[in-house]
Amino acid sequence: MSGPSIKFEPESERYEFRAGPMHHFDLARRDFFKFLGAGIAVFAVAKDSLAKQETAPTRGFHQEELPKDITAWLHVGEDGGVTAFTGKVEIGQNIRTALAQTVADELRVPFESVTMVTADTALTPFDFGTVGSRSMPTMSPQLRRVSAAARDLLVGAAAKEWNVAAEGLTAADGKVTNPATGRSLRYAELARGKTLAQNLPAEDPVTPANQWKIAGKPIPKKDGRAFVTGKHQYTPDLQRPGMLHGKVLRPPSFGATLTSFDAKAAQAMSGVVVVHDGDFIGAAAANERDASKALEAIHAEWKEVRQTSSKELYSYLKQNAKASGNERSRRIKGSVEDGLSAAAHRLDATYTIAFIAHAPLEPRAALAEWSDGKLTVWTGSQRPFAVRDELANVFHVSENNVRVIVPDTGAAYGGKHTGDAALEAARLARAAGHPVKVVWTREEEFTWAYFRPAGVIEIKSGIAADGMLTAWEFHNYNSGMSGIETPYAAPNQHIEFHATECPLRSGSYRGLAATANFFARESHMDDLARAGQADPLEFRLKNLSEPRLRAVFEAAAKSFGWPRKNIQEGQGFGIAGGLEKGGYVATCAEVAVDGTSGAVRVVRITTAFECGAIVNPDGLRNQVIGANIQGLGGALFEAIEFENGRITNPRFSGYRVPRFRDVPEIEAVLLDRKDLPSAGAGETPIMGVAPAVGNAIFEATGTRLRSLPMVPQGLPAAKT
Amino acid sequence: MAKPIQLEINGKRYTVQCDPETPLLSALRDELGLTGTKYGCGEGQCGACTVLLSGTPRRSCQIPVSAAAAKPITTIEGLEKDGRLHPVQQAFLDAEAFQCAYCTSGMILSSVGLLSTNPNPSSADIVQSLQGNICRCGTHPRILGAVHQAAKAMRERAR
Repeated sequence: MSGPSIKFEPESERYEFRAGPMHHFDLARRDFFKFLGAGIAVFAVAKDSLAKQETAPTRGFHQEELPKDITAWLHVGEDGGVTAFTGKVEIGQNIRTALAQTVADELRVPFESVTMVTADTALTPFDFGTVGSRSMPTMSPQLRRVSAAARDLLVGAAAKEWNVAAEGLTAADGKVTNPATGRSLRYAELARGKTLAQNLPAEDPVTPANQWKIAGKPIPKKDGRAFVTGKHQYTPDLQRPGMLHGKVLRPPSFGATLTSFDAKAAQAMSGVVVVHDGDFIGAAAANERDASKALEAIHAEWKEVRQTSSKELYSYLKQNAKASGNERSRRIKGSVEDGLSAAAHRLDATYTIAFIAHAPLEPRAALAEWSDGKLTVWTGSQRPFAVRDELANVFHVSENNVRVIVPDTGAAYGGKHTGDAALEAARLARAAGHPVKVVWTREEEFTWAYFRPAGVIEIKSGIAADGMLTAWEFHNYNSGMSGIETPYAAPNQHIEFHATECPLRSGSYRGLAATANFFARESHMDDLARAGQADPLEFRLKNLSEPRLRAVFEAAAKSFGWPRKNIQEGQGFGIAGGLEKGGYVATCAEVAVDGTSGAVRVVRITTAFECGAIVNPDGLRNQVIGANIQGLGGALFEAIEFENGRITNPRFSGYRVPRFRDVPEIEAVLLDRKDLPSAGAGETPIMGVAPAVGNAIFEATGTRLRSLPMVPQGLPAAKT
Repeated sequence: MAKPIQLEINGKRYTVQCDPETPLLSALRDELGLTGTKYGCGEGQCGACTVLLSGTPRRSCQIPVSAAAAKPITTIEGLEKDGRLHPVQQAFLDAEAFQCAYCTSGMILSSVGLLSTNPNPSSADIVQSLQGNICRCGTHPRILGAVHQAAKAMRERAR
């Protein structure tokens, strides 16, 4: 009866590997590289890759062959300044500051002396991307080890200078001191005149969190002043000599193909360059207005294909499910059938999740410049190396001839994994013989970017008379596998992901499918608690053994004031939680529902979050509260509407995002576990919001909302 | 047709050569290189392009450059005086009332506009004034706190 227990493969960001480049062009190959000043440089390499160095070299940032597994490196200059290099991208999550804290802490230098060079494919080591909440759990330890190794080198240099043993020397505040003599040497002095580069196996012991001095503190954001003065330049703000502005002619609907094309009038305009390459049509001119006018003058006809609409979305997803049978997408434990027949209460429910858009305030943008067959592109992307590879591929140039630089970016939320604007700018720039900048309009952003996948989730469950889960069957169509497993102890389980045809271009979104899976699971758990006449928190704790998850549930409930003491008309409390990407979250919400209008107001939220040792509590608080507010949008009113290949609400006037009036009182309770490694925090705190609010609405009204967004037009049938 | 248009921005006079219908936002960013003012939506819905026109917060993406001629314009670049931040900028910095910070210029200009007419705003007043400014990172509570803090600092300074 009982099938084997199969562990899910962790869901990597599953979509961007499928999404091919939007355009294909023809080009040629060449070569390039970069610098390094005098001083001491240390490369962190994985333990076993030094041995492999001769057989498995990879391209380097300055043409040296480097071991394949270099993940971070840093440089101590002759002025004592420390420059640390990482392929990670700053997109508002404050990683530049948090990683600089890590380096300063381990290298024993003042925070101010650390400069982080991020996301420049010519200067920084390869990085898969700033995705999946991986920067803290993977990049932070790498930088810590490389910093520890550099510190050891500096101590060694001082020992040599003084002709003493390194063991007795100490490093602090940017200098090495010999306590026996009281003498000290600054790092600047030790680095002077040296050109020492070392590959070190990244295994030096690092400072435990309870001894951190700079990490763990609420240090203000690096370069904060540049942001409040408007001086920071995002990609759309960059200028290059001779630069033109580019625009791309978009098809009238998804999947439309070009059947006829006449650009004579546009080509006759002075200062306008028109490019027609396959299905790509674009124009570049001295300003955006002229480029747009050129596009308007182009006569293009398209063949369109009939497509489904958002009204039929959920039946479409169910009907177009692909044949299952992939064991990686299924987990079976015990027998759900047996579990259901043993249950005292059974439940069966379907949940749906709409497509939503990331809508980062900085739209996709890129500035491309060709020089001697080499391409440099500045663009806001979470995956600069993937964009580089995409460009190299499409233009048939060597990766070493493509440099992608990511200025600190006006957010992404998982939405900037592809290099669409980069390809467009590079294609136009090559034809124009000038640098070209392409900045997507908001409408392009809402239409031609990708979306958080919609989904349908079906759950069948049962509990025994004592309130213990007996069966848990969970099917997710299309939205994804992240967070699909239940943390609750159900002896009989069948959990399965079903791939389907997806009507819109889909990709990663903050939290991936976990937001959908948490919504379905935690809404369902609430109904089960009520079926068993138990308090929703007690019911969860009863079925939960994971201590870290129990801890956040208890912390959230305590700070929020769970359970409710007095019942007021139209008021409801809800709770939800779970674990994902190494983070543990529990959210409590209070709502007030107007019995006449059906208007739902979220009054307050408490989210408890634990992600191991906290590196910057102030930055973490910003991320946790921000995720809660962003999560309210998808929970309450955000939805992409589409019909026959067109997005019908591609504007902020038609696509409602959270604004000041929607923001409740929010409290973040941060549990600092200095005994545990730091996990990421960008995603998991968003996951409890929708189900906590839905559960609160249920308590207030008796109406169970099983579709995200829950109240795009308020609650239609408020029962108070 | 491009025409010379006189603008007064942050107390300085500029002449731009552009189509009178060009949005003020494009003139600022592309003609004058004042890129602290951001494009966010082009329909006056997000507030990223907010500037002060004769002291009042306005969406520069919705104003033809010709309509801004001869009126004093203040952009984010004009708030800092002699290396000293405007109290609203200082309060945003102190509270770290930003994440990606792409909305910050617009938030600050809208707040400066509010405080010039209402030196002691309630939270409801601030929410009302900033309702047209979108922050996608969800930094609203800190922004609210920063505007209160700035109001306090400005009242104390005026005393």
